[in-house]
Amino acid sequence: MNQVNLEGITEIARQSQQALVEHRQAVPAPAMAQSRFAGNSTQASPANRFNLARQAWLRPLLISRWPQFLARALALAGFAFAILAGLFGSPVGSHNFAIVFVWIAWWSVFKLAFIPLGGRSWCSVCPIPMPGDWLQQGGILQKGRRLGLNLRWPKRLKGYWLQTGAFLLIGLFSALTLTDPRLTAWVFIGLFGLAIGLSLVFERRAFCSYLCPIGGFSGIYAQAAPLEVRVIDRSVCAQHSQKTCYQACPWGLYPVALRDSAACGLCMECLRACPEDNLALNLRPFGADIARPRTTQRLDEAFLALTMLGSALSFAAVFSGPWGWLKLAAFQIGSLEWVGYAAAFLALNLLILPGAFALAAWFGRGGAPLRSAFANQAQALLPLGLMAWIAFTISFALPKAGYILGVMNDPMGWGWNLLGAGYAPWSPDVSDFSPLLQAGLLLIGLFWSAQTAQRAAGNDLRRSAPVAVFCLAFTLAMLALLVG
Amino acid sequence: MKHKEWMARLFVLSLLALALGAPLIGWRQQAQNGVLLRGRMAETGGWTPENLSVAVGETLYLRLTSDDVLHSFAIGRSDMPPVDILPGEITELNLVFDQPGKYTFYCTRWCSINHWRMRGVIEVVGAGQPGAALESPLYVRLGIDLDSTVHTALTPEEKPAAWRGQEYTRLLPAAALGSEVYLTQAPVDYWQALRSTTALAHLTDQQVWDLAAWVWASNTAPQELEEGQQLYAVNCAACHGESGGGDGVFAAQLDQADPGEHTMTIPGGAPDAMPSAISGVRTTRPTDFTNPAYMLALSSARLQGKILRGGMGTGMPYWGPIFTESQTWALIAYLWTFQFDLGEKP
Repeated sequence: MNQVNLEGITEIARQSQQALVEHRQAVPAPAMAQSRFAGNSTQASPANRFNLARQAWLRPLLISRWPQFLARALALAGFAFAILAGLFGSPVGSHNFAIVFVWIAWWSVFKLAFIPLGGRSWCSVCPIPMPGDWLQQGGILQKGRRLGLNLRWPKRLKGYWLQTGAFLLIGLFSALTLTDPRLTAWVFIGLFGLAIGLSLVFERRAFCSYLCPIGGFSGIYAQAAPLEVRVIDRSVCAQHSQKTCYQACPWGLYPVALRDSAACGLCMECLRACPEDNLALNLRPFGADIARPRTTQRLDEAFLALTMLGSALSFAAVFSGPWGWLKLAAFQIGSLEWVGYAAAFLALNLLILPGAFALAAWFGRGGAPLRSAFANQAQALLPLGLMAWIAFTISFALPKAGYILGVMNDPMGWGWNLLGAGYAPWSPDVSDFSPLLQAGLLLIGLFWSAQTAQRAAGNDLRRSAPVAVFCLAFTLAMLALLVG
Repeated sequence: MKHKEWMARLFVLSLLALALGAPLIGWRQQAQNGVLLRGRMAETGGWTPENLSVAVGETLYLRLTSDDVLHSFAIGRSDMPPVDILPGEITELNLVFDQPGKYTFYCTRWCSINHWRMRGVIEVVGAGQPGAALESPLYVRLGIDLDSTVHTALTPEEKPAAWRGQEYTRLLPAAALGSEVYLTQAPVDYWQALRSTTALAHLTDQQVWDLAAWVWASNTAPQELEEGQQLYAVNCAACHGESGGGDGVFAAQLDQADPGEHTMTIPGGAPDAMPSAISGVRTTRPTDFTNPAYMLALSSARLQGKILRGGMGTGMPYWGPIFTESQTWALIAYLWTFQFDLGEKP
């Protein structure tokens, strides 16, 4: 057995152990008894699942690497074109493919469809880690001579902390990044460069797992999405000593140990590698990974969830709010006004929201340590944040959808007329239903979060009420900013 | 290496070549379709390129676009209407010049405080009748020192009205009429000359001012005032204000800010990118055309000089390459409406 395999087994053991500990801590005593009673059952998937991988029409598309490869190659070409357009096309964002396709089309579809319906499904077609993957494995479809040091990612850098930092960093410059094609191009050059660089130093998807802000974003909300990859029968895995699924997983995950979908990039490599066909791509109820009692002590997920709330609030204030001075301050990077904006943005994300939420968790801790209550109750922030981001996205994606046709006609902003005489500018008027839709989504988020808080608190209203009040305050703030 | 691996690599490379090659082909193709002229606020570069050239009789194909805000393309001393340039959009414009010479193109939209610096030059070369040799402007011929201080304490009680002055026109001596008076004399000097005329001795000071207003009105035509008003609204009101009070949208900034923070160069000239903080030059609050103590001490010839040459360090642009002579006089005629009621009896 070589070194990699030995480390792999250690990692499998670690992941399994962690999952087991978490499971034991999480399930209350009566449920534990029931669990032991049902211990003979080796079914990992609950009943309300629908295995898409068993559908004859879909299976070939999942098992073959080609459809996914083609989608990713197209996405790679699309991002390469976006970078080129960003660097050399019109500096006017609304007439540049880089801004319109990245921040209006892709970023919107990412938040409106990929995350809520497929969790980390974007990761399965994301082109950013591709060049690094190919270098790591020495080929596109087949494995050849590997490049890179293949080091393990430092333990102390694991978790969502770096992704939270990366998201905050992007948030500080977002007003300009979202409108300046040159900066957008450089951001994506940076993301590609970082992904390639890290893949040459560290093993597997270090960039995706620990640094990519987009991955962190989709990772936490993937827990609410109705899609998961899970083992069908654990006893089959127990009999299988090769652990080919773990060896194949570019993310370094062991499917048997998957407790939630936060880290799984839905790449389907485990499905392809399993000799027993023991893996499922399940449709499942929304929010299946959340709304269950946890006694995790991890604060990184809680802080990322709070950062997502703070960012949604900040962006809604800057982009949808009525304050011209705030917009100007966010745009004028380096100015004194921007320093003020940056300080307020960081204070909101790192002090005010965590402080307010800690207060809510303290009131609802019910004898548990604050850290544990904080981490456990933070699950309630996931539906809230997800719905807030969807509502915020609707506020700008729908009115600006007309730009998409414009850049299809003239992607570089150089006066091309690719669509010919058939092209007519289009600017949809969504002012009638957009506010209603946003208010509805925010209220669904509030209800869903309050319900999650209640379940996370073991159905004790006194423990969940403070967090529900926190969620209500956030919802009212978002309503005021988006709907007015 | 397996066949599939080669196919995959070929596919990726082909897509990348397409993504990166298509813009290159498009760029080469459109370069043959004319010059891309980009407009940006003067603070971030003005026109690119600033200097264009074309032969007499040949077509200059321009593709105009703006990188930031709404600009407009106009050619000085020509009757071509300005063409608006929208951010990120391309406007095609074909120009043919029938006379050689240097033509100034400029922006007519108030895009920034340094808006007037958005100027460039089209050099038209080749054979052809050179434009008629320009006569020295009147203010030069009169030897007026444009930078000397002017002020008068002799001002009317109310705005002089031509229709009121009309009543006394029969009293005017013949020498007091004619365009030379209007062009060369400051109203206050003219008023003083009338005041010392015996035939007008029985008139009040205000009635003499009304008479002066009538003389000024008799030297302007309604269509001239209309043209002057349009020129003023487009070119002057940004600083001097719609009502002439020196309170346009840029006025406050001109009074306190340092608008020298720009990267423009004077077309065809030496770099002018030095900020005023270093050069010592700063701008002043725009002239208030409704102030009689200042305006009534100016002659039309002096106003012509101010307009053509500019304010020399005050922030007032030079309009010599922009306005035709008749446009300049139309503008001056309109400026007098801030002091005189030149219209009919209400």
